[in-house]
Amino acid sequence: MNGAQAILESLKRENVDLVFGYPGGAVLDLYDAVYQARFPHILTRHEQGAVHAADGYARATGKVGVVFATSGPGATNLITGIATANMDSVPLVCFTGQVTNPLIGKDSFQEADIVGITTPITKHNYLVKRASELPRVIKEAFFIARTGRPGPVVIDIAKDVFTTVLDYEYPQKVKLRGYKGDFTGDEGQIRDVVEALGEAKRPVFFIGGGVTLSNQTEVMREIVKNTGIPVVSSLMGLGCIPAKQEGFLGMVGMHGSYAANMAVQKSDLLIGIGVRFDDRVTGKIDAFAPNAKIVHFEVDKAEINKNIFSHYPVIGDLRWSLPIFNEQLQGSGEDYLDRFAKWHKQVVDMDRECPFSYKTNDKVIMPQQLIDTVSGMVDENTIVVTDVGQHQMWAAQFFNSRNPRQFITSGGLGTMGYGLPAALGAKLGCPDKRVVLFTGDGSVMMNCQEMSTAADNNIDIKVVLLHNRVLGMVTQWQRMFYGKRYSQTLLGGKTDYVKLAQAMGMEACRIEKPQELEASLEKALNVKGPMLIDVMLPANEDVLPMVAPGAQLDNMVLGGAEA
Amino acid sequence: MKKYILAVLVDNKPGVLTHVSGLISRRAFNIESISAGYTEDEDVTRINIEVSVEDDRELEQVVNQLGKLIDVIKIVNLGLVDSIVRELVLLKVRATKGSLADIRNIVDIFRGNIVDVSPENVVIELTGSQSKINAICEMLEDFEIIEIARTGAIALSRGPIPIKNM
Ligand SMILES: Cc1ncc(C[n+]2csc(CCOP(=O)(O)OP(=O)(O)O)c2C)c(N)n1
Ligand SMILES: [Mg+2]
Repeated sequence: MNGAQAILESLKRENVDLVFGYPGGAVLDLYDAVYQARFPHILTRHEQGAVHAADGYARATGKVGVVFATSGPGATNLITGIATANMDSVPLVCFTGQVTNPLIGKDSFQEADIVGITTPITKHNYLVKRASELPRVIKEAFFIARTGRPGPVVIDIAKDVFTTVLDYEYPQKVKLRGYKGDFTGDEGQIRDVVEALGEAKRPVFFIGGGVTLSNQTEVMREIVKNTGIPVVSSLMGLGCIPAKQEGFLGMVGMHGSYAANMAVQKSDLLIGIGVRFDDRVTGKIDAFAPNAKIVHFEVDKAEINKNIFSHYPVIGDLRWSLPIFNEQLQGSGEDYLDRFAKWHKQVVDMDRECPFSYKTNDKVIMPQQLIDTVSGMVDENTIVVTDVGQHQMWAAQFFNSRNPRQFITSGGLGTMGYGLPAALGAKLGCPDKRVVLFTGDGSVMMNCQEMSTAADNNIDIKVVLLHNRVLGMVTQWQRMFYGKRYSQTLLGGKTDYVKLAQAMGMEACRIEKPQELEASLEKALNVKGPMLIDVMLPANEDVLPMVAPGAQLDNMVLGGAEA
Repeated sequence: MKKYILAVLVDNKPGVLTHVSGLISRRAFNIESISAGYTEDEDVTRINIEVSVEDDRELEQVVNQLGKLIDVIKIVNLGLVDSIVRELVLLKVRATKGSLADIRNIVDIFRGNIVDVSPENVVIELTGSQSKINAICEMLEDFEIIEIARTGAIALSRGPIPIKNM
């Protein structure tokens, strides 16, 4: 068995059923093995597409996404995707070809220092110079990628390793002295939280992507049901609690709901679970939850006290801590539902008074109306993927997310161009679910070549294009903070996205009038196969509410129907 | 700013120094000195990092972020346990027939050694605390210091327990 075959054999042992990638000189031997083994592989049209697709696949399935790319430019094209996955803790293993051993360090053709370049944006990385190391390294890479706080791992492999024959034996166990992958902690910390809850009058759960990543949605839902404690969510936590459940206040932060932001500011015990208190959530950190003691359930010790001081840290995997927390709450003898009923009602009333809202008219389709309408047409077995910009925030605000792993978005890095390839990956990972992408006219262009991937592989995604002819999110800031000087944010409007999609081999249609919105959407969403729906929207809508950067959360510019 | 010496045990594998130095620059930590060397265990390298921090929270961040690196086995803040701290310096100093005796006197007072002599200069070797090294450098300035090489601080805890068992 040679190195290339050993890689594919190891992937089988790791239950990898699909690889995303793009060939080239340094990985010719790997691709030859793919050919001979008929290993399932999707050829994207750009390496960035491959890594985002693997990321979408991983987020939708909970499995590790796998990528192949060649050396030099192939590998550097992965960077944005690796950084995206790293920020949102997505498990990936990326195999990159490197020049042959004797040529390393000589500025050889298509050589780039991938270990050096990816060190700050990976959980771990390797340069493999000897074939005999491959089985151990691959075993470790998958283990590291999926355990603890998940993340991307890069394995850079010298070209001659692929053709070197080795004695193949896949290790049963991982032996790493500095990483155990098992993160249980101190139950006393959980007891302290339960005790603190005994004193609290206005507790709030602030949930994030960690709950989804650790597959603890069911436990979380039970805790919420049994205690009646109001819940706010980060962008990454959407779907964990059904969006329409009473007491779920939606997204918190810069474009969070009025009730979510107010609840945090009024809270006396803010219980963060699998979150990292990002600046887009907290606004002015010194004025964030000013009356609250902070509880922080978190697997990554380095997150504790990084952005905010926590009075009650609970360090450990949520797989360990949340079930114990649940048990201790049930065993405490407290009637939390009763104790927090008044507070619960108070925030629910706030939410009713000031929900996310918008006004429609008979001239133009409103972006929020579009999301709302799509949301009403699809069942709960639908994965929503977004790009980055205003449309992303509207999708977060108005799409009725009902399940985890079904709202897929680039949160931490905010990567335009993420959506289309991620949607392909999500669909390939979950063929039985419907996949809808909400994208913008700016974002979709950044990886529009992947329409070709969708068409050639007949990957059934529906691309809903929120076509406002502007880089909307940037124009919003320019409107609010830069005297409406729209510097380099107005798109010319000459590009025909319908023809573009058709040229790539997809079906496409355009919707322009509010009167035709429902019927046309209904029709388009039910077409079999990949389809782009180009929806014309006004250019000057703002995403509201908005907390200006650096302002405190209760200092919101409101809006919507009341404004 | 407060200074601490962290003793960091890492896997003796390629890429480890890239990971450690990459982390330091990415998180913008203030590092005064860093040195690395083999240990009693051939699979383990010890990295000595002298770090300056504003407060305990920053110190906690440095330790926890380093601790997250997969190849880091153990970190002990030797600034917080009773320990011996040393640095080695080599100094090349201008020396004439007339000044050699004075230089030797100073070196003796600091318990250093003159390890090389040539007609125009001497090379002095000295181990000690950083303040001692700073002091000799100050004393020798009158004679013109041509070149300095310092290792940065390394440290070992007192008592029989190695940090890997702490
Ligand atoms: C790769 C990348 N470049 C630039 C940005 C900065 N940026 C954030 S939102 C945005 C505009 C997005 O425009 P569009 O996709 O049309 O979405 P809209 O806001 O109009 O809904 C830009 C340029 C980014 N997030 N990602
Ligand atoms: Mg736009």
